[in-house]
Amino acid sequence: MTRTTAWRRHPLARYAVLVLALALIGVAYATLVQGSRPADAALASGKLDDVAQGKSLFQAHCSSCHGLSAEGTSTGPTLVGVGAAAVDFQVSSGRMPAANPGAQAPRKPTPRWVNEETTRQLAAYVQSLGGGPTIPSKDQVDPAMGNAAKGGELFRANCIQCHNWGGAGGALTRGKYAPSLNESSPQQIYEAMVTGPQAMPVFNDTTITPQEKRDMIAYITEVRSQRDPGGFGLGRIGPVTEGLVAWVVGISFMALVAIWITAKKRKKS
Amino acid sequence: MTDNEHEIEQPDERVPKRVIGTPAPGTSMLGAKETVEDADVPGVMIPDEKSARKAEKIVALCFTITFLSAIAFIILYVQIQVGTPESTGQSNLALGGTLTLALLGLAVGITVWVRSIMPKYNLIQERHDLATDETTREEVADTFLQGANESGFVKRPLLRRTLLLASAPLGLLPLVLLRDLDNSKMTGANFNKLLRHTVWAETRKKPMKLIVEGTGQPIRAADFNSPGGILSVVPEGYEHDMNALAKATLILIKFRPEDLKPGTNKNWTHDGIVAYSKICTHVGCPAALYEQTTHHILCPCHQSTFDAADGAKVIFGPAARPLPQLNIGVDAEGFLIAKDDFNVPVGPSYWERGDAEQAAREGSTA
Repeated sequence: MTRTTAWRRHPLARYAVLVLALALIGVAYATLVQGSRPADAALASGKLDDVAQGKSLFQAHCSSCHGLSAEGTSTGPTLVGVGAAAVDFQVSSGRMPAANPGAQAPRKPTPRWVNEETTRQLAAYVQSLGGGPTIPSKDQVDPAMGNAAKGGELFRANCIQCHNWGGAGGALTRGKYAPSLNESSPQQIYEAMVTGPQAMPVFNDTTITPQEKRDMIAYITEVRSQRDPGGFGLGRIGPVTEGLVAWVVGISFMALVAIWITAKKRKKS
Repeated sequence: MTDNEHEIEQPDERVPKRVIGTPAPGTSMLGAKETVEDADVPGVMIPDEKSARKAEKIVALCFTITFLSAIAFIILYVQIQVGTPESTGQSNLALGGTLTLALLGLAVGITVWVRSIMPKYNLIQERHDLATDETTREEVADTFLQGANESGFVKRPLLRRTLLLASAPLGLLPLVLLRDLDNSKMTGANFNKLLRHTVWAETRKKPMKLIVEGTGQPIRAADFNSPGGILSVVPEGYEHDMNALAKATLILIKFRPEDLKPGTNKNWTHDGIVAYSKICTHVGCPAALYEQTTHHILCPCHQSTFDAADGAKVIFGPAARPLPQLNIGVDAEGFLIAKDDFNVPVGPSYWERGDAEQAAREGSTA
């Protein structure tokens, strides 16, 4: 019997493997979640002379789903009337062009052709098709100019049911989910509210004013910098993860320790 | 414990200085009985001296950690000033951390001590009779009788009877509380009426505006014009009345009029704007996770899903009934108002709910 075999056959070995596996999954998940956080550059608002450039970009990258003149196909909706804000939101956050026509278009790294200029051109083209919400100005989305307390009240009334109090997001029906707001730029948050991307409802400027939207942006960005009591936010999704950690990690650890303390030592042969 | 208290007659300078917790030279801490145990007793496993010495060092290290952590706790307690949330957080972390380390060091030390230094053997604990022996039982009986006689419980009937009198209503108290289960006998506020109606009923006397939760502003129907829009809405005058809001809160959804299906009462909508109770009919959570693409309203508590385009009928989950729809319209200035209370009780089921719903239906057909 080698020493390794003895270790492997130790009565506590299976628990040790279990704990190790759990820890590994946890660490891997944490690093993945922490991963890339690209700084979104504030994009300049569209110009009308970019329309022609935007049209060729559209036909190259978007028309396979949205149709050659954005009229929509069976795989993608029409983009007539969605406005420049929708284009800027979808393209700058990497959601569009979508990797596949699934239930949810997730945030992902933008393709190489996407930059401030091409996004502006594309937005200008789609804006020229049928109007719609435009890209907000820098002042409209400046968190420093908003009232985070007032914004928090509005956020709690209108947004937390899907996005969670800390903007962590949450599940919806049939594979859809409300994404986390932690990676969104203030401009993207504003654009999402006015355009209602994917399953998200629309909060137009006449019912929730631009001033109130800026307050909400101030709240969302303020909450990100808040410290988590105890040092671990556990995804900030509340009692679910906290309870899971307490039960799975805490109680299993204590059970293992109790087993170990009372375990009889084997005679060395 | 030891006999060294008796040898203090010697002059002080002749007594060697001792560290607390160690025996005087030449004496034994456990008295004369401390002997090296025989290693050959069958069934007894004594750890060999080499590994025991190694364990001893680990235990000593653990105890030292405890000592240092406890000192660190005291120092950090004095050092870290609390006042701001940040410094309080740091203080909590530092104090909790050092205390944890101190207690953990002690616990680990003792565990290693028991496991690696003390001998191991099987111990058989004999069971004995659970019943008390005859003499003790007799003694108890005698004592009881003696006490009873001395109390005069038998001799003084007045005391005995008033004591029984005193305890009778006390015993009845829990039974009286059961009365509340029967709400048909409730006086004053009629229980059924309370659950049946919301504050929207007041709109019959004076039209009540729909107010956006959070902003406190009324809604002009022409402003709420983007299909796929949703608002959380409260009744005018009850914006912060939690008891009223627990039943009266609405979600207001704007549809393209052609998206509405027959399940929705179109007479109660205004230009594709539909109002549903926000209170889930399952157990009353706020159901407001609205997807504008599928028109699903999802309740976050138990995943009940309602089709907002089709009268909020249940398409998934444990809810048994659709979310009640509210009859809405606009006033002369174009603001959205409620035109009536809900025609069915909102929220989760209760015993008399079926009657209330039936009465509501008969009332509306009559």
